[in-house]
Amino acid sequence: MPRLFRILRRKLRLRAHRQWLLARAIRRHRRLRPVCDRTASIRPGDILLFMTMRDEALRLPWFLDYYRKLGIGHFLVVDNGSGDGGREYLAGQEDVSVWLTHDSYKQARFGMDWMNGLLHRHGGGHWCLTVDPDEFLVYPHHDTRPLQALTDWLDAGNVRAFSAMLLDMYPRGSLAARPYRAGQDPFGIARWFDPANYVIRKNGEYGNLWIQGGPRARAFFAEDPENAPALNKIPLVRWRRGQVYVSSTHMLLPRSLNRVYDENGGEKASGCLLHAKFLSTFAEKSAEELVRRQHYADSQEYLAYHAGLRDDPDFWCEAACEFQDWRQLEELGLISGGNWA
Amino acid sequence: MSGAAIRLGVVMLCHDELPIAARMARIWAEGGAAVAVHVDAKVPAKAAARMQARLADLPQVLFGPRHPCEWGGFSLVRATQDAAGLLLDGFADVTHVLLASGSCLPLRPVSELCAHLARHPGRDFIESVTVGDVDWTVGGLDEERFTLRFPFSFRRQRRLFDRYVALQRRVKFRRRMPPGLVPHLGSQWWCLTRQTLAAILTDPRRAEFDRYFRRVWIPDESYFQSLARRHSRRIESRSLTLARFDDQGKPFVFYDDHLELLQQSRCFVARKIWRGAGRLYAHFPHAAPGLAAGADPHPEQVERMLNQALARRRLGRPGLYMQSRFPLKDRENGKTAAPYAVFQGFTDLFPGFAPWLAERLDADVHGHLLDRDAVEFAGHAPLGPGALSDSAAMRDLDQRGFLANLIRMGGRMQAWQFSPRDRQEMNWFLATDPNARIFVVTGAWALPLLHSDMPFDDIRRMAALLQRRELAQMEVLNSVWLKARVQVWDLADFCARPAPVLGEILHRLGADPAAAAPMPQMRDIAGMGRFLQSLRNSGLRPQLMGDFPVADPATTFAQGKPAP
Repeated sequence: MPRLFRILRRKLRLRAHRQWLLARAIRRHRRLRPVCDRTASIRPGDILLFMTMRDEALRLPWFLDYYRKLGIGHFLVVDNGSGDGGREYLAGQEDVSVWLTHDSYKQARFGMDWMNGLLHRHGGGHWCLTVDPDEFLVYPHHDTRPLQALTDWLDAGNVRAFSAMLLDMYPRGSLAARPYRAGQDPFGIARWFDPANYVIRKNGEYGNLWIQGGPRARAFFAEDPENAPALNKIPLVRWRRGQVYVSSTHMLLPRSLNRVYDENGGEKASGCLLHAKFLSTFAEKSAEELVRRQHYADSQEYLAYHAGLRDDPDFWCEAACEFQDWRQLEELGLISGGNWA
Repeated sequence: MSGAAIRLGVVMLCHDELPIAARMARIWAEGGAAVAVHVDAKVPAKAAARMQARLADLPQVLFGPRHPCEWGGFSLVRATQDAAGLLLDGFADVTHVLLASGSCLPLRPVSELCAHLARHPGRDFIESVTVGDVDWTVGGLDEERFTLRFPFSFRRQRRLFDRYVALQRRVKFRRRMPPGLVPHLGSQWWCLTRQTLAAILTDPRRAEFDRYFRRVWIPDESYFQSLARRHSRRIESRSLTLARFDDQGKPFVFYDDHLELLQQSRCFVARKIWRGAGRLYAHFPHAAPGLAAGADPHPEQVERMLNQALARRRLGRPGLYMQSRFPLKDRENGKTAAPYAVFQGFTDLFPGFAPWLAERLDADVHGHLLDRDAVEFAGHAPLGPGALSDSAAMRDLDQRGFLANLIRMGGRMQAWQFSPRDRQEMNWFLATDPNARIFVVTGAWALPLLHSDMPFDDIRRMAALLQRRELAQMEVLNSVWLKARVQVWDLADFCARPAPVLGEILHRLGADPAAAAPMPQMRDIAGMGRFLQSLRNSGLRPQLMGDFPVADPATTFAQGKPAP
């Protein structure tokens, strides 16, 4: 009986939390000013991409290109006051809707209120991919099958969420050595990743897995791993009204959406978000974020980077793997095809 | 019978993606087959009418009455019966009827299929297996499909479905089967001869059978399969359609990248094809050149791929812990990926044990991986296999993952040192893992204490702590759940004959036992008996070292001897 009571209490607690998040999202969503709203052109069955950005103009051309090829039907972007022309660039694209806000990123729960608001308003009934401008989705067979094939298959199995953990990619040698230019494939430069040093724990409250590790954890957080950035993400979700992201795209409510893993030894299908954070643009960005202090946990992550960056870090090590394709990732056990043959 | 005498009829069941279904119907019809289409009544009338208009130029395509179909319900059988009846009545020259769906793609031309049927005259191609012998049923229900009632939907009312089945099992409810009917199961996609199909449809007891099957679960996998056994003269128990299901009862889907595989399989029909697989739809049906035109289907390669995928989903890879595979304790299907060795007490006996072992064994020999302060990788490397960090704090967040990653990524056998001074949380994990080879010299931790110059009070406290830990560990290693291969010596036993024991260990790990010969430098054990007596005198009973005679009582250990 106490167990039942505990479960019931958690259920009520999480429900209250979810409704609070939703209310926040709806309220803050109203403060977004549409720059160009093409959402009327979204067709049923389109896969939508949601993103928050600030000063990412350099990355946008390749980003749009990558996700268009994957089969994204419409991009919904919140611009947090870019000053580099990225907003104007996006407004010129046929399949992009842009909103502008100068509100605090931090007070919008690191942009998640805006994302939840847009998802609530436009996402219902669609498969929605929520990513950052430096995250690139890779899933089994992504080179031969568009995203639609994956979502159709997930639909057939009544699966509503697809997990894709963040995989930090880094170049060999100094970051500054090879400058990134617009339109360029970032993984031509940042080709390396850590194959198997990921720490996985289960979060009982939300039922999701908590994954930490990778180059950032080993280089900057070795003595304080609890504070290392989380790498677990559930970016692709069949959206239904009432769903919310709780913290970044790490977890959702209702918590049944977080059960993207098998507990009986089997493997469910999963992918990776290749993280193109560590490019030549990084040093500049982290110095700026340090001043703005708009990031998670008082930008602890950026403080650590900055401390580590002064001598221009090289994440590369003997055990690092050079990225080839999704088969390599599957072989290493970072992603899995599950029974999607 | 010659090929020309064969006329194929196709019953097509469609419920979505009607434009594609229309294309498939056209392929069948233009290949010379007569087609009867059933469109699910749940499809909007407009879409159905559009499909009908699209096929209006083909007189050999008929549309049957529409029934609302539900997965696992009798309505699918009704739809098939009606469409088949329509086909037999409408085309007197149809000799065989193939059941297909709107997303079944003919991989070979209809003429090749007809030729195949002509080579096997009078044969009914229908997978039909007695219920006791199938292993692929969804939800573990095989015979019970025929003896229980299923008023709830498996897909929409799963909980009620499961509860009601459990209840019926509990009260031992059983439906009566019509006499003379032997239940058989099989793939729902079959190809029957006109005689057999007509006999099933015009069976004088059909009303009785229909009434019975109306309450059977997934009758489309059993109705024709059971009744064909009553009427057919020659059953070839395999399906001409390549169709497989996963454990959730969801059909496998084929994509553009399966093109070669499908082509090589030489199967006649494949199900199910993804709606966006443009290359497949453009390529098939594909006539094989020359001799291959008469080849029989051999889907083994496809089957192998599908079986692998199924195993991946159900069992996963041993020793892998990842974002979509995070097994609960003891459900791992293999806690680790490869054999490994754990040495306990050896570094206390031989300070240079790890490098000594590394020279003799084809393995990465690490130091104390679970040390409380630092991870000692082989050669004091700052990063281990898979870029594992040497930070103890990081390791302690997920020790299971740490060891599993190390073993999986190591490339060759991994070996490490262990002691009661290290972290003890993984003891149960190691003890219940069949891949573990654990070699223990109990009580060896006393040797560094013997040679230490700490105050005796501290030594005593330390000894008590380490002994308590090692006793707890021994309890684990002696439990009935032990799966690891464990060998335990006590300190006295080991010191009596160190060389043969080391030789045996090397032998067990596949190395040359003779290589044990130059033994590593061993710590001096003189004075151990006296040391143990002092512990006893202070009220602590040493339990793990074995018997050491109390040597010259004049020698006290208290002077603290330097290590040799």
